Amino acid sequence: MAIDKETVRKVAHLARIAEPEERLEPLAQELSTILGWIEQLNEVDIEGVDAMASTVDVRQPMREDVVTDGYTGGGQPDNVVANAPKTEDHFFVVPRVVE
Amino acid sequence: MTNIADMKLAELRDSLKEKKVSSLEATDAYLSRIEKAKSLNAFVIDTPDKARAMAKSADQKLAKGEGGALEGVPLGIKDLFCTEGEQTTAASHILEGFKPRYESTVTANLWRDGAVMLGKLNMDEFAMGSSNETSYFGNVINPWRRNDGGNTDLTPGGSSGGSAASVAGRLCAAATATDTGGSIRQPASLTATVGVKPTYGRCSRWGIVAFASSLDQAGPIAQDVRDSAIMLKSMAGHDPKDSTSIDCPVPDYEAVLGQSVKGLKVGVPKEYRLDGMPAEIETLWAQGIEWMKDAGCEIVDISLPLTKYALPVYYIVAPAEASSNLARYDGVKYGHRADDFNDIQSMYENTRAEGFGDEVKRRILIGTYVLSAGYYDAYYLRAQKVRKKIFDEFTDAFNKVDLILTPSTPSAAFALGEQSADPLQMYLNDIFTVTGNLAGLPGASVPAGLDKQGLPLGLQLLARPFDEETMFKGMYALEQAANFTAKPTEWWS
Repeated sequence: MAIDKETVRKVAHLARIAEPEERLEPLAQELSTILGWIEQLNEVDIEGVDAMASTVDVRQPMREDVVTDGYTGGGQPDNVVANAPKTEDHFFVVPRVVE
Repeated sequence: MTNIADMKLAELRDSLKEKKVSSLEATDAYLSRIEKAKSLNAFVIDTPDKARAMAKSADQKLAKGEGGALEGVPLGIKDLFCTEGEQTTAASHILEGFKPRYESTVTANLWRDGAVMLGKLNMDEFAMGSSNETSYFGNVINPWRRNDGGNTDLTPGGSSGGSAASVAGRLCAAATATDTGGSIRQPASLTATVGVKPTYGRCSRWGIVAFASSLDQAGPIAQDVRDSAIMLKSMAGHDPKDSTSIDCPVPDYEAVLGQSVKGLKVGVPKEYRLDGMPAEIETLWAQGIEWMKDAGCEIVDISLPLTKYALPVYYIVAPAEASSNLARYDGVKYGHRADDFNDIQSMYENTRAEGFGDEVKRRILIGTYVLSAGYYDAYYLRAQKVRKKIFDEFTDAFNKVDLILTPSTPSAAFALGEQSADPLQMYLNDIFTVTGNLAGLPGASVPAGLDKQGLPLGLQLLARPFDEETMFKGMYALEQAANFTAKPTEWWS
């Protein structure tokens, strides 16, 4: 299916990537070429086939609902915000989102 | 003392244990080689202070006759692995300056066993690419050149281009790498190194920057089969922090090397014979079949008719998972934030526009599209079903054979810029490797010969899930038969 410029605009917005106006048409062509090639999958009979999301057949492991030690443990606010572009008192600072 | 650059990892490991060489000597020798090889651009950063500190600590243990399986051995680490306190970027501008407060499980396993970190290796941005040309930090140059007397810069392959180039250029004893569609095996093939992608679930993905979580798997790029076996033993293992990591014992892969392959059934899939494939690759493959036959294997012709659909499936599944995984880069929690914005929406949009390169954006857009309302069933769900059929096809094949032998790549190393203008042409580089990711199988590339331009070509072995031992037996048999000894001329130092 050919993708038009307006679809690229919509998808770029969904993906939160600012694409300048002049990139929309070239991107529409690139994506159409790639998706056109992908459409050969329509030749495959998938009637009655289960969708596969992972090759490993494992149950989700369960553990006690307690704070753990180590990297994934709690009580490490300094580490959590250490790489943030802007913080204040262990909070991430973002532009105002509520008027 | 033997020149460090002439030592395999196994020899260095043994020499360290026997105190014929110290870790600090080996580390300094590699750091000096790295310094002289800046033109290869294999490293994003080197970490000499950390390397020397780790080497000194290793030497103390070695002096007491203690230490782990890799005590004192200097390694390069692909910049996709989070390393505590050391910049980790996935070769993306959006993560420039990011210094993780934690260590990936795979690298932690290597340090537990005594290895030394030399630095972080260049790669395609977020591991998306087959030529290392999408890195924000520039192209990696293949140590191998054509034998035409020219000086055309060739790609080392990708996405683990820095890992492959640094091992081929002897800038580290071995390197970590990752493989989502062929990113270990394809660069290994293009640089005459050994690349091993283990079974999905064999190595923990915790602390590895995520690209496509159902396909990503870590593995080594090393100088030979033995070195890759030693590396994988240390890297692998169950990790409760990765719910897809499998709780089963890690065998001693080195111990199986040299065991007979007599009676093993080796499958040869006719669908891996492509129109337009260089005759040399076809010839090398036929040679590989003869080698396995001479070693006592039984060759079995098999058919994997869905092979041609693997790449289209991959280019739905991988971008879909990537679009979700890469949503975390929003300029809030870590990494780059745009200076110029009006509100939070434009902050997200400008940050991501500035931070991601063209190929990453392209894949996020494809992924967002195939997951969006109205297209999910037609693309994503269909791809997951075809993936299941490909998985079943391999399961059936492995009821008949123990290993599958194929070429690793459809071409030898190509010139930088030669394929980068056409994304589809670039994607075809992974045509022989991507099936292994979709089915979660272990796969490896072993150097097997040179083409008429003097460039290396690899052969690939695939094995049953969690049967890396049989794969290593086969790899060793191939290596013995190929007796590949060519090395690139050291033009870069």
